[in-house]
Amino acid sequence: MNILTIIPLGLGALLGLYLSAGAVDTILYIHGLLLCVFCFVGIFLVIKAGGNTGEPANPKSLIKYNDSVVRAGMIATTIWGVVGFTVGLVIALQLAFPVLNLDLPWTSFGRLRPLHTSAVIFAFGGNALIMTSFYVVQRTCQARLAGGFAPWFVFWGYQLVIVLAATGYVFGITQGREYAEPEWYVDLWLTIVWVVYLLVFLGTLWKRKEPHIYVANWFYLAFILTIAVLHIVNNLAFPVSWFGTKSYSLFSGVQDALTQWWYGHNAVGFFLTAGFLGIMYYFVPKQANRPVYSYRLSIVHFWSLIFLYIWAGPHHLHYTALPDWAQTLGMTFSIMLWMPSWGGMINGLMTLSGAWDKLRTDPILRMMAISVAFYGMSTFEGPLMSIKSVNALSHYTDWTIGHVHSGALGWVGMVSFGAIYFLAPKMFNREKLYSLRLVSMHFWLATLGIALYAAAMWVSGILQGLMWRSYDALGFLEYSFAETVAAMHPFYIIRAAGGGLFLLGALIMAYNVYRTAKGDVRTEKPYVDALAHTASA
Amino acid sequence: MFDHGKIERNSILLVIGIILVISIGGIVEIAPLFYLESTIEKVKGVRPYTPLELAGRNIYIREGCYNCHSQMVRPFKDELERYGHYSLAAESMYDHPFQWGSKRTGPDLARVGGKYSDEWHRTHLRDPRALVPESVMPGYPFLAENKVRSRDIADHLRANRVVGVPYTDEMIASAQTDMNAQANPDADGAEDVVKRYPGASVRDFDGNPGTPSELDALIAYLQVLGTMVDFSTYNAKENLR
Repeated sequence: MNILTIIPLGLGALLGLYLSAGAVDTILYIHGLLLCVFCFVGIFLVIKAGGNTGEPANPKSLIKYNDSVVRAGMIATTIWGVVGFTVGLVIALQLAFPVLNLDLPWTSFGRLRPLHTSAVIFAFGGNALIMTSFYVVQRTCQARLAGGFAPWFVFWGYQLVIVLAATGYVFGITQGREYAEPEWYVDLWLTIVWVVYLLVFLGTLWKRKEPHIYVANWFYLAFILTIAVLHIVNNLAFPVSWFGTKSYSLFSGVQDALTQWWYGHNAVGFFLTAGFLGIMYYFVPKQANRPVYSYRLSIVHFWSLIFLYIWAGPHHLHYTALPDWAQTLGMTFSIMLWMPSWGGMINGLMTLSGAWDKLRTDPILRMMAISVAFYGMSTFEGPLMSIKSVNALSHYTDWTIGHVHSGALGWVGMVSFGAIYFLAPKMFNREKLYSLRLVSMHFWLATLGIALYAAAMWVSGILQGLMWRSYDALGFLEYSFAETVAAMHPFYIIRAAGGGLFLLGALIMAYNVYRTAKGDVRTEKPYVDALAHTASA
Repeated sequence: MFDHGKIERNSILLVIGIILVISIGGIVEIAPLFYLESTIEKVKGVRPYTPLELAGRNIYIREGCYNCHSQMVRPFKDELERYGHYSLAAESMYDHPFQWGSKRTGPDLARVGGKYSDEWHRTHLRDPRALVPESVMPGYPFLAENKVRSRDIADHLRANRVVGVPYTDEMIASAQTDMNAQANPDADGAEDVVKRYPGASVRDFDGNPGTPSELDALIAYLQVLGTMVDFSTYNAKENLR
């Protein structure tokens, strides 16, 4: 088994060295070396581990789960979350106070914004998806993760993708495609990691002891498969040199635009929605200790969601040079998408039937419940914004930014925090979390932060959209562009304040996880189950 | 009656089902754009970028300008008045990748070419707030200091040809000379640039003669944006789609 891991890693080390030796630019030289070091450290660790590819967190566990990799993923999710939110706060402040760009190439908004989006979507979100999918697929299949060291390769290989992408951005290495900025060689590396991820996931499904594949795994599987398809097609490119970072995309202009937004919208649909619905379908029933509300609804909304989502891309290109028929098709399917989205929300929220009282006494469940509520809100707002006449106002403005953050902070962030709080005591084999009161504090800070963020962006977005199209009594455009920029200033400050609160909450979570790992329990007033209290009295 | 249990008991059926269901939308929406001739309007004037403009475009991408600037004027009255004629698909048919953008933290740049002087751009890129006090744009003082990389520009043209941009052998062979000549009107071969790339501006964009800087390249790119199509000969009705 070890040799099967060491040979590909050895080849990877050679490839890295080869790329580095021939590199025509500094960044590929460094990135080649990084790949080489990565593979050598990998070989060292594999040899050092002997045959030990991971252990269950609870030594008494009858099934030899690989929880070590889940624990590593949970820690990575927490760290990348803090990093991503911090960069977000920095660029929010740059928009309010442009002097913070420092006039340096490496710190300007244009290079840091992709760093922020990639850090939160792919580093924080991606690690949350990988680690929860590894946990959920083992528990629901009653089987250990397949593939020996392969899950570790997925985990560390994915961290390498993040490091290559992030260091590249800061030095100006980008494809210039939103949410698909990493250059061709990082894309190829991610493809390898992703295929191994798919095989580990499928391999574990094949070992399952339950005849049925649990619904959370359908969503994870759809997420892994579809992201593979989207990633490969959208990143088709031809490099200027096989030893250089720069490439030119295979498609151009209008075809390139639709391919990119087919990818971009389904990064939302399959990365940030389907994958996180997988989290919802396992962790909400577990935390509430209630079965999923409706089996039939989960079937109907699963298939309709993945079928409809893939059509929605053109709503990012309303009134552009994209042919009208494609825009109309995109809008129609985006509106239809409202139904399966709310199917998921209803299935998640109604799982709390008979357990609503727990919202008072269980801040973790409260976090998960509000994430599903935010999911419902964003998936109502999305179809609304995809209507062409609404989009005419909202497009190009902060309204879009607000929409994306109510989904990303509210839904993706909160459900991931819920999963981390659920997993932390289990993965460190502790009786319970360090502090539930701190979870509650995180909940309120994050919720307030999102409220400030979303409200500020609604006002600034709609305000700027209206100012752009405003005419004075004499029939001239009323505002210069610069005047509409100046009007944004107060809202950019409010937005940064909201982001700051959200970051503060995440820092409290990191502290809570750290103390849980140490095995500490905070002395605090316990949450008392109201019903149990009444019954005993 | 259809039994979903069959699918959820068989991972391969589930995989096949997912792949089929997610393929349909993309195929129906994207594939026709590659063969429907009406997708790209019939217009005259759109040419491949000169080597200097292409280098400038790569700097535009490198600095992430697309994060705050769109290059897509929509057909609304206020946008036509603010920016000019709505954008055509033909205008970005040689853009690998497209740079239509999705956010206007700053104004649209699809038709910024010729709107301001080179000197305005020089000052504005160095210190945006010197000219526009309300601006939140970062300053780019380092562009004037950096010489634009020219030694592999021919490879860039060649890679563009592979993905479909009609660069000729002659354009590729003279890429490096063209790049230098476009920013040095007195240099040998300055006239050839215009011959190879009709309508190209040959001048000292950054106000600093000699080896072109990154500022030369970026301003050359900004000044050509939206200027290629001659709209007096464009028939909008014929190109409705």
